[in-house]
Amino acid sequence: MQELINRAKELLNDGTVVRVLGWKAGDMPYNPEPAFFNSPEALDEFVYNGFCGANLSKYMIEASTLEGKTLVFLKPCDTYSFNQLLYEHRVDRDKAYIIGVGCKGKLDIEMIKAQGIKGIRGVKGAELTDDCETLTIDTIYGEKTCSFSSAMLGRCHVCKGKEHKIYDEIIGESKDTQDQERFAGVEFIESMTPEEKFEFFQKELSKCIRCNACRNVCPACSCRKCVFDSNKFDSTQKANVDSFEEKMFHIIRAFHVAGRCTDCGECSRVCPQGIPLHLFNRKFIKDINEFYGDFTAGETADGDRPLTSFTFEDVEPSIVTERG
Amino acid sequence: MYKIAKENLSALFREISKTQELYLPIKTAGKVNFGAWTEDCEVDIDTLKSVKSPKDAFFPQSENLYTCTTEDKKIKITPEELKSQDFVVFGMKGCDVQGVEVLDKVFLSNPVDSFYQARRNHGTIVAMACSEPEDSCFCKVFGIDCANPQGIADVAVWNTPDYLYWNALTPKGEKLTAAVSELLTESDETAVNSLKDDIHNIVEKLPYMDLSLDGWGGDALDEKFNSPIWEELYKPCLACGTCTFVCPTCQCYDIRDYDTGHGVQRYRCWDSCMYSDFTMMAHGNNRTSQMQRYRQRFMHKLVYYPANNDGMFSCVGCGRCVDKCPSSLNIVKVIKAFSKEGK
Repeated sequence: MQELINRAKELLNDGTVVRVLGWKAGDMPYNPEPAFFNSPEALDEFVYNGFCGANLSKYMIEASTLEGKTLVFLKPCDTYSFNQLLYEHRVDRDKAYIIGVGCKGKLDIEMIKAQGIKGIRGVKGAELTDDCETLTIDTIYGEKTCSFSSAMLGRCHVCKGKEHKIYDEIIGESKDTQDQERFAGVEFIESMTPEEKFEFFQKELSKCIRCNACRNVCPACSCRKCVFDSNKFDSTQKANVDSFEEKMFHIIRAFHVAGRCTDCGECSRVCPQGIPLHLFNRKFIKDINEFYGDFTAGETADGDRPLTSFTFEDVEPSIVTERG
Repeated sequence: MYKIAKENLSALFREISKTQELYLPIKTAGKVNFGAWTEDCEVDIDTLKSVKSPKDAFFPQSENLYTCTTEDKKIKITPEELKSQDFVVFGMKGCDVQGVEVLDKVFLSNPVDSFYQARRNHGTIVAMACSEPEDSCFCKVFGIDCANPQGIADVAVWNTPDYLYWNALTPKGEKLTAAVSELLTESDETAVNSLKDDIHNIVEKLPYMDLSLDGWGGDALDEKFNSPIWEELYKPCLACGTCTFVCPTCQCYDIRDYDTGHGVQRYRCWDSCMYSDFTMMAHGNNRTSQMQRYRQRFMHKLVYYPANNDGMFSCVGCGRCVDKCPSSLNIVKVIKAFSKEGK
């Protein structure tokens, strides 16, 4: 971590960048927050550990409107989002100095608490320099341990790999934490009967409180004015008028980010009700792969995109009825 | 004091449901929220905090006010009926009970909100002590004893491994106790006193329980409002409504029309001061930046509300915002940031 701070200070001092976008230590071991640092002194509060799950790419939309260059720390999976935003002209490459920061998987405090570990005062074993195999947790009930893997965010179990797709320099080692089949969850739902599918989504989506956290954190949701915020339609953001509307919100959002979603998993990370929202997006990704050949949004910042470039090999719309 | 064996709780819930609706913590797809009891629901009274607070029972996220329909080219307006049936909210925690007291001061003062009042009149609150408060809890800071539910609670209950202990606190509570008396047996207070001691011991060790509110309150308006700290604090805020929608005391709502295709439902729904169209009026919006919206939420809880309600804060320290903010922002960090600056 000190290496990151030192490098950030150097880049601030030599004028390469005017601000740093990273994470600031929280008041608990597990709640660092995304933060802009405007001076070398401010960086004393900088932190980077297993709890820095937030994808900072979206904050670069705002940073791209500011004067001067911003140093941003991006984890391997975050770089896909940055690339996709670059492709969509929502961020400015010239305004960003990207340090590709190592990642050995990110943690979900709720996964730790779900193992009955409560009254948490300290967590050890989550630094980038640690091997990130076991966490030692200091609680008011004594010391507890759990495996790093058992406390990871769902998305890290289907890690896209340790390669940064865009960067100016790389600091720190990464680890591929994939230990689950990426499309297993989607295939499981595909295997359900229509009634079972309906029940599954009804149960999950009935928990939705329309807080819009999934939308607001999503790097692909970068519209200046969202249709769900508009006073001109009945689709306003605040309540589910009926049991259909909550599904409409999520399904429309999934359609809107189809082909652009990098599967960064932020939607599921932030959902207060634990709705596996990534499943919608991953279903689209799986279908796109099947229909147009393997494609990962954000792997590059240029090139053709399956849903926005026509080829004669494209599937015909009738595929929908053929597949049933 | 009474007690009931834990294995008889289903019978208790069934008995209550015979004569009235029963809302209690139910686990659905892995998360616990308050909902209406049914024979096949999964009741979970061991999870400390429901994701949403139980304020829905008195102030639903969305409710119809009236419905307009057209018949023979005439518009017919049908007001929504007020709650007229008794119901029980079982398992509210001390913080959530005080949350309802905060709502009472808003909705039951003039002009009285008749929808809310009807629900309060017909609702019986069974409050449960927190057997194991967690690191994000700070109710003690707001004068709440989570080991000993009181205030506007009608019945207090304590959840131990084998028994649920039961103590009526109000006439409404006595009435409910009488209705389920066949399932309850008399008990002394030994087990409850021991549990209370255990809870107090945990509370002493929790990191947020000694948070200081010095400097906050109704008199702090100008100094807090004009502080430069807000510019720093709001930055990571995503402007979502998570903190406001999980909060037991947030009470702002919006009134909207829903086009049913052949009529209009006028409904109200929770609003969030984090949203860009909150306080949008014909002339525009008096809050034009996210910093202003962010500041509003905390100024309301810690300055404006106490200024209007004899010093009572409209935060109850449930810690849901601490647990749920996607950017790890929360009211504790705000309070600490001001303490650090000595302002």
